[in-house]
Amino acid sequence: MESRLRKIIVCDPDKCNGCRICEYICSFASEGVLNIKKSRIRVVRIEPFLNLAVTCRKCEDPPCVKACPRDALTQKPSGIIVVDENKCNGCGWCVETCPFGVIRLHLDKRKIIICDYCEKHGYPRCVEYCPKEALKYVTLDQAARELSKKAVQTLMQELAVK
Amino acid sequence: MKGYAGKYLIIDLTRGKTSVGRVDESFALNYIGGYGFGARTLYDMMPKPAEVDPFSPENVLIWWTGPLAGTISTAGNKYAVFAKSPLTGIFGFGISSGLFASEFKSAGWDGVVFTGRSEKPVYLTIDDENIELRSASSIWGRTTWETEEMIKEELGDESFTVASIGPAGERMVRLANITNERNRQVGRCGLGAVMGSKNLKAVAARGTKDVEVFDTEGLVKFIAELNERCQGSATEKYRVYGTPANILVHNKLGCLPSYNFQRGTFEYAEEVSGEMMLKTHVKKIVACAGCPIACDHVNQAREDYAGTVSSVDYESLELLGPNCGIRSLDTITKAVEICDTLGVDTISAGNVIGWAMECFEKGILTKDDTDGVELRFGSNEALLEALRRMCLKEGRLGMLLSEGVRRASQIVGKGSERFAVHCKGLEWAAYELRSLQTSTLGFAVSNRGADYLRSGSYQVDVKGKVDRLRLDKSRGKIVYDGENQYAVIDSLIICKFTRGVFKSMDELAKLYTLVTGLSMTGEQILKAGERIHNVARCFNVKCGVTRKDDYPPPRAFEDPLPDDIVKGAVIRREEYDEALDGYYECRGWNRDGVPLKSKLLELGLTKEAEEVGVEA
Repeated sequence: MESRLRKIIVCDPDKCNGCRICEYICSFASEGVLNIKKSRIRVVRIEPFLNLAVTCRKCEDPPCVKACPRDALTQKPSGIIVVDENKCNGCGWCVETCPFGVIRLHLDKRKIIICDYCEKHGYPRCVEYCPKEALKYVTLDQAARELSKKAVQTLMQELAVK
Repeated sequence: MKGYAGKYLIIDLTRGKTSVGRVDESFALNYIGGYGFGARTLYDMMPKPAEVDPFSPENVLIWWTGPLAGTISTAGNKYAVFAKSPLTGIFGFGISSGLFASEFKSAGWDGVVFTGRSEKPVYLTIDDENIELRSASSIWGRTTWETEEMIKEELGDESFTVASIGPAGERMVRLANITNERNRQVGRCGLGAVMGSKNLKAVAARGTKDVEVFDTEGLVKFIAELNERCQGSATEKYRVYGTPANILVHNKLGCLPSYNFQRGTFEYAEEVSGEMMLKTHVKKIVACAGCPIACDHVNQAREDYAGTVSSVDYESLELLGPNCGIRSLDTITKAVEICDTLGVDTISAGNVIGWAMECFEKGILTKDDTDGVELRFGSNEALLEALRRMCLKEGRLGMLLSEGVRRASQIVGKGSERFAVHCKGLEWAAYELRSLQTSTLGFAVSNRGADYLRSGSYQVDVKGKVDRLRLDKSRGKIVYDGENQYAVIDSLIICKFTRGVFKSMDELAKLYTLVTGLSMTGEQILKAGERIHNVARCFNVKCGVTRKDDYPPPRAFEDPLPDDIVKGAVIRREEYDEALDGYYECRGWNRDGVPLKSKLLELGLTKEAEEVGVEA
């Protein structure tokens, strides 16, 4: 798949309120358990106002893949990063290279975990469960278009007021 | 059984020793969690509560989560704290939410019981199996917000969640609360002061374990449905304006307490309304962990208090606002910040200051008594100064207010007891006494004192389902039903804002079974609610509570409301008596408010039947 058609999970900071439902459902979707420490998506709350969920952004030429000294990470054409658990020894080099901090070391397995976009399910469960529709599964171009729309709307409202 | 961790910590603060207690199936089924576990353990661990000074090492401080914490259950990450209350001298209880309960459960614990008193300031860390009492000497004196940051820093991981007391709790201000994640509080009954008396500054929890549930697949499906319902009309108020939406609704009904409950409307209600606040002060709406509703409206103040940030809900806004004659959202935002950081309950704080303002305006308190503060209704400076002094027990005014409204009015005397608006020593919350009379009955019979959270009895009044300006025997049943339902909600523990989301008690029971694997019907869980309520009442009876304590303050009977919409509204004593009789009858208690042996035995409470129950 061409990278411009890749869909990723984006989060609207105006709508995200830090409820972490994405984290709970991710642990279920990924491993059938309820444990936010095993989530592949991470909710960041910076007091007092900032809330945002972040997960793998399917980077082009991903630094995590390049960094892995054991070639345990590969990127599929869809952009998803695949972890070969036989090769991964949990050194965490990739964790440090990810600019978004969305790679985690699994607490029990001591292997790397990265969002796989609920590949088997066919659609990211966190997006399905986000109660405020803050999370969207879209191409970057779609995300940008939404932003443009929002900006234009705001601008027009302001003009109308004047 | 799943959902529960199955064990709890017992910490002897005097000796610094830790042991482990078990949560077994019959305890779980009979008492559910939260409120139920607290009532049961407090009753059992304090056999003679009347003899226990709340600030002595003999007081027991108990924390419980419920089966839902950490499980993705809709708005189910809550914990409750219990002790004999230093404010009321009876069953003390408060609930908070946020992420704390999820981390706590994920660490593998259902609760923690503290006994004794530490010699030096300490805080407890719960890090899976690693339990440690650490020195709190470097954080003693810090605000709750600073404490959270400092503990995370010291433990080297910001994923610890911290529940702490501020300087008010340390000084044993009787209104002191417990704060976690800045904006979430175990607000009422002065439980922060009990922590202070035990030299316990904070509890920090971090968990890494899966929270096992019985039917994960089934639960996740049911939660999807419930969370979807949470986007509907039943919770719209909370999502859009938050609880401050009540300001204009109540003002219109003449049930918005103002000027220390002298009136039921506020001439500047528009200026402090939820609608106005959303427009001018709300900077961000945030949610507790696992909550699809998100009601928490975080304000940013402007002008004089620029940079001040606090989370403002209806009760805080009302008591610190209209009840003190305050019409400035900036001042209210600042006042809430003072309460949250120094660590006192906003409801009790606004109530006691409203009382003091009335005293001042009537000449009962003078500038000599207030150390120079012009304590007049509507004075922004006076409110903030009084709050600060109260939290720090500074000077005569600070010392007086820190006692809470009942004690303060007893100290001052001169008829000020007549307009101290409380029940059983707990300050009345933001529902007017005379224009919401079913509500008043519910407040007055509540197990922890004047309490809007134990029965929701104001709803029938506000919604116009009954004549809210009169009382009759049938109101007893309304309060009784509400209390039993709320006891279930507070034991599971789930947020009350979901109450319009669940279609029946059967659905709550279904949620319980999905999580725990223990079979439960709506009828059974409601019975558990009744059982739990009775245990707490028996504790109170042992503390000396009887019929005389189940009455609202004199203002309800003696001062007719002056506001046009509800002019002359007042509670008639004979009607109140009749409603109270009706309530006791439903409860299976005698006319003095003491549970009958037969009722207690029916609920399986043999110990209570023996110790407290009376013959018909």
